[in-house]
Amino acid sequence: MRVTEKDVAYVADLANLELNEQERVRMLRDLNSILEYIDRLNELDTSNVPAMAQVSARYGVDESKKSADRFAYASREDVLEGLRKSLPHHVALENAPDTDGTFLRVPKVIER
Amino acid sequence: MDLNSLTIAATRSAIQEGKTTATVLAEAHYAKIAKDDPQIGAYLTLCKDRALAKAGEMDSLAAKGDQLPPLGGVPVGIKDVMVTRGVRTTAGSKILGNYVPPYDCTAVARLEAAGAVVLGKLNCDEFAMGSSTENSAWRPVRNPRDLGRVPGGSSGGSAAAVAANMAVATLGSDTGGSIRQPASFCGVVGLMPTYGRVSRYGLIAFASSLDRIGPLTKTMKDAAIVLRTIAGRDPMDSTSADVPVPDYVAELEKPVRGLRLGVAKEYFGEGLDAEVRSAVEAAIQKLAGLGCEIVPVSLPHTKYAIPTYYIVATAEASSNLARYDGVRYGYRAKDSHTLAEMYRRTRDQAFGAEVKRRIMLGTYALSAGYYDAYYLKAQKVRTLLTRDFEEAFKKVDAIVTPTSPTPAFKLGEKVDDPLAMYLADIYTVTDDLAGIPGISVPCGETKEKLPIGLQILGKHFDEATILRLGHAYEQN
Repeated sequence: MRVTEKDVAYVADLANLELNEQERVRMLRDLNSILEYIDRLNELDTSNVPAMAQVSARYGVDESKKSADRFAYASREDVLEGLRKSLPHHVALENAPDTDGTFLRVPKVIER
Repeated sequence: MDLNSLTIAATRSAIQEGKTTATVLAEAHYAKIAKDDPQIGAYLTLCKDRALAKAGEMDSLAAKGDQLPPLGGVPVGIKDVMVTRGVRTTAGSKILGNYVPPYDCTAVARLEAAGAVVLGKLNCDEFAMGSSTENSAWRPVRNPRDLGRVPGGSSGGSAAAVAANMAVATLGSDTGGSIRQPASFCGVVGLMPTYGRVSRYGLIAFASSLDRIGPLTKTMKDAAIVLRTIAGRDPMDSTSADVPVPDYVAELEKPVRGLRLGVAKEYFGEGLDAEVRSAVEAAIQKLAGLGCEIVPVSLPHTKYAIPTYYIVATAEASSNLARYDGVRYGYRAKDSHTLAEMYRRTRDQAFGAEVKRRIMLGTYALSAGYYDAYYLKAQKVRTLLTRDFEEAFKKVDAIVTPTSPTPAFKLGEKVDDPLAMYLADIYTVTDDLAGIPGISVPCGETKEKLPIGLQILGKHFDEATILRLGHAYEQN
């Protein structure tokens, strides 16, 4: 077993999930089964292999430049107000579960 | 004329020539949806006002004798992971059950600008996480070819709608096989373009380094028409590539004689259904008969693709899905006393089991002490998987494989075993990790009349060659 009940509780906490008792039991079983399968990656020696975070680095990159300049193809001139204007205030609030008409409203953050 | 079985080109010319109207066609599709979709479950939300307004616009153009745009009056459906202004967009999740986006996804906007009539939003696995569409929070989709079976996933609604003639074409999204596998299960064409070929602006994020939008259609030519319309640089997505978009339709007609096709033994091993194997081998023979040269290639790291994928995809998902907190939009749990409690209850109550499983796996893989062992390790293996393709593509122009190891499976068959469900994507996840394009081409049926898909993989930004091969196969 790689993952313990304590790990499940800790990771759920990091992920802002609670999970009920039944879900925790199931999660423990599923994570262990999946991680056991994932362990086959350790058959490979990757000590000299660079990590690949994304595909875009494989095209359009100017290798003659350094750091961020290599990705010049993806940059643009700064535009006042951005490419798309910000949403009007009332539109930005339209989907909110709770507002006072001006601000988003949430339960209290600080307990006393 | 059967109004419900037209291709894109046939639809447009029928309207242009006055044989029918875009409005009549849209209504015919809504009638078909009303009749058949209660059994299938492909659509989640219909947007009839928006559709009829666009259809009316196309009809006025045709009545004036003006040239219709490339998708003028063509009824399409959109997977519910692409946002549509003023039309509810749920990503198949309860957490976005009442979300009405204030803007349009670029791919959808480009389709509409080309005259397409958007009928509605299509069912999918929650946040595109699944291989059977049984993870939809609303209802599972049933395969139109056999209602006891799944349509594949996660773009199950997009594939079923085309297969059941409830749309001429649809958009889906592919992160680990989610366009191609359902296309294969439902007997339609499904194209996953190169990463960066189509803007992701307005696509609800699952795994940002993998997610792609692409068409599901009845023919190769239709896939070429849709891709030509939605492809190309979009300033709103910095990962959309500034690479010229060829005329994919014109490219279809080029000869395939002399093209070199790679066949990798790793895609024909254990777990491959015998009927799928013989159909795919027959398809490869047919392409050889058209003058293609068959070349054995090796993709030696293939067996590491699923474990790599489930680390990379879930790590990115755990980060992307952190935004669902019940504050700015979407579902919020009632009666919480503190903000932290509200976050937790909201996510607990509104995320489904598979989404929670992936958030947990991804969070675990990124957590202190495990980052190197899992996330960094997976990123390194991703490099190896990508190099496999780079090596193979030095020798060949395209690689042919089965799309899925099996035909459509039964509803409920794999829901209790997440690992078995993940293995349904064994021939498709590697291509997502490497960023290359792939297409699923219908290539026959099993004895039980279940569709089988041939997958053709291409080089980065070389959708033209795989479409051309698919077209040659389809036409002969």
